[in-house]
Amino acid sequence: MFEPFREPFMQRAIAEMTMLAVAGGALGCWVVLYEVSYAAESLAHSIFPGLVLAAIAGIPLLLGATPAIVLAALAIALVARLPGVGRDVGIAVVVTTMFGLGVLLALSPQSPPGIETLLFGDILGPSDTDLISAAVLVAVLAVALTLLHGRLLATGFDRGGARALGLSPAFADAALLVLLAAAIVVAVQGLGNLLVVAVFVGPAAAARNLTERVVPMIAAAVAIAVLAGLAGLYLSYYAGTAAGASVALAIVAAYLLSLPVGLARSDRARLSPLPGYDQ
Amino acid sequence: MCAEALIGAADVAVGYGAEPAVTGVSFQLRAGQRLALLGPNGGGKTTILRAVLGELRPLAGDLRVDASCGSVPQTERSRLDYPVSALEVATMGALSRLPWWRRPGREDREAARVALGRVGMGELAEQTFGKLSGGQRQRVLIARALVQDARVLLMDEPFTGLDRPSSERLEELITALAGEGHAVVMATHDLEQARRWDAVLCVNRRQIAIGPPEQTLDREVLEATYGGEIVEIPGTGRAILPPHHHHH
Repeated sequence: MFEPFREPFMQRAIAEMTMLAVAGGALGCWVVLYEVSYAAESLAHSIFPGLVLAAIAGIPLLLGATPAIVLAALAIALVARLPGVGRDVGIAVVVTTMFGLGVLLALSPQSPPGIETLLFGDILGPSDTDLISAAVLVAVLAVALTLLHGRLLATGFDRGGARALGLSPAFADAALLVLLAAAIVVAVQGLGNLLVVAVFVGPAAAARNLTERVVPMIAAAVAIAVLAGLAGLYLSYYAGTAAGASVALAIVAAYLLSLPVGLARSDRARLSPLPGYDQ
Repeated sequence: MCAEALIGAADVAVGYGAEPAVTGVSFQLRAGQRLALLGPNGGGKTTILRAVLGELRPLAGDLRVDASCGSVPQTERSRLDYPVSALEVATMGALSRLPWWRRPGREDREAARVALGRVGMGELAEQTFGKLSGGQRQRVLIARALVQDARVLLMDEPFTGLDRPSSERLEELITALAGEGHAVVMATHDLEQARRWDAVLCVNRRQIAIGPPEQTLDREVLEATYGGEIVEIPGTGRAILPPHHHHH
């Protein structure tokens, strides 16, 4: 059972996966509560051309992903402001454009071999830079989410009421998206462009089924993400399956396991209202 | 009438973009006063509340807000699936006076418990907000405004969907808070309720009238507010609205 822990490459993979799981589980709760899962997936896909260009130039992927995600966010903001174009349409147009551009670059003759690891990740082979950036990400998120907790909670609950309290919903949205963009840029190298969103949505969605308060939800999401990450790595080690995909499937399995609890709870709430003066 | 004016509006026009949704709004709100905004759906009641909250900037006129305002929105529209307790919602009121990096502490939670007790929700403090009944949710949001130390409560149709005992309890609470010096502005389409308030502002895309209900709510004003769709109760001289003005 502990055999994978004795392999140096697995030790690094487990360290990287655990840090990304902690980041994804905690931040993912706000992604789910603010209903920005689609934006999270879109941001992840839109950095593909940046990753490919970095691979072609032979520079760290972080240096390609960062400008790409800033460009995508600006483009989404601009397109969404065009008359008759909603936010969803803006996101869809920008993401397909960026992803298409990435595919064109990836299929060009200059593209180095092994470009598919950008799509599916390489969680089994994290570089020292990957490990350091994941550790920095966890530290930054721990500080930022602790400081912003009250404001994120109040704004997500009632935007108009938050404004009356002197809070800025735009600040909360911007803070969440900046943290999400930074987390995706770091996590995409391990989990891949297509699968990274799983760790930001799945564990939090599962935790939402199991808990009724935000702090326990964050704790549960982190635990689920870490356990699913380890389960995925174990599966990959023993069954020889692709590591990133195994992790994503383990996260989906955790969500499916949590679903009956969530459904039972919503049934119970509907059938037994609290004693009160109206319904 | 010597109490200070907490809010003063002079010929205010406000709307979304450049198009005014409501014009000519003029009123003064003093401490302890209960003002009903009466009008049909789409008449501009919520727009006026949003302008007082600072969400919308007046397109014309002068709007002066000299007191902290607490928002008590319709809870049917708020996120009932959001995982927060009544206590957590009331505690959010403390954020108005904390710097951005501070989280509400033990004293703030204690103040929230006191406020929940004040609105009769002390025993349900740990309950999930979305599982409370409509009247209970309104009272939790009033507790949030009390923790915020808001002098003005802005309530958007707080009685919608409540049964009679819940409405009566909520009205008693609002009257008691007004007696303690809070001013209350309430958007409503309930004519009978507006008659019991201190002042009523009738609005239908423009201000029709303002004043004490007994002097203001005559047939002419109601016809202008509701477009002639009113019914007079035979023998009483009192006008009522046909039932389709009430939403459920």
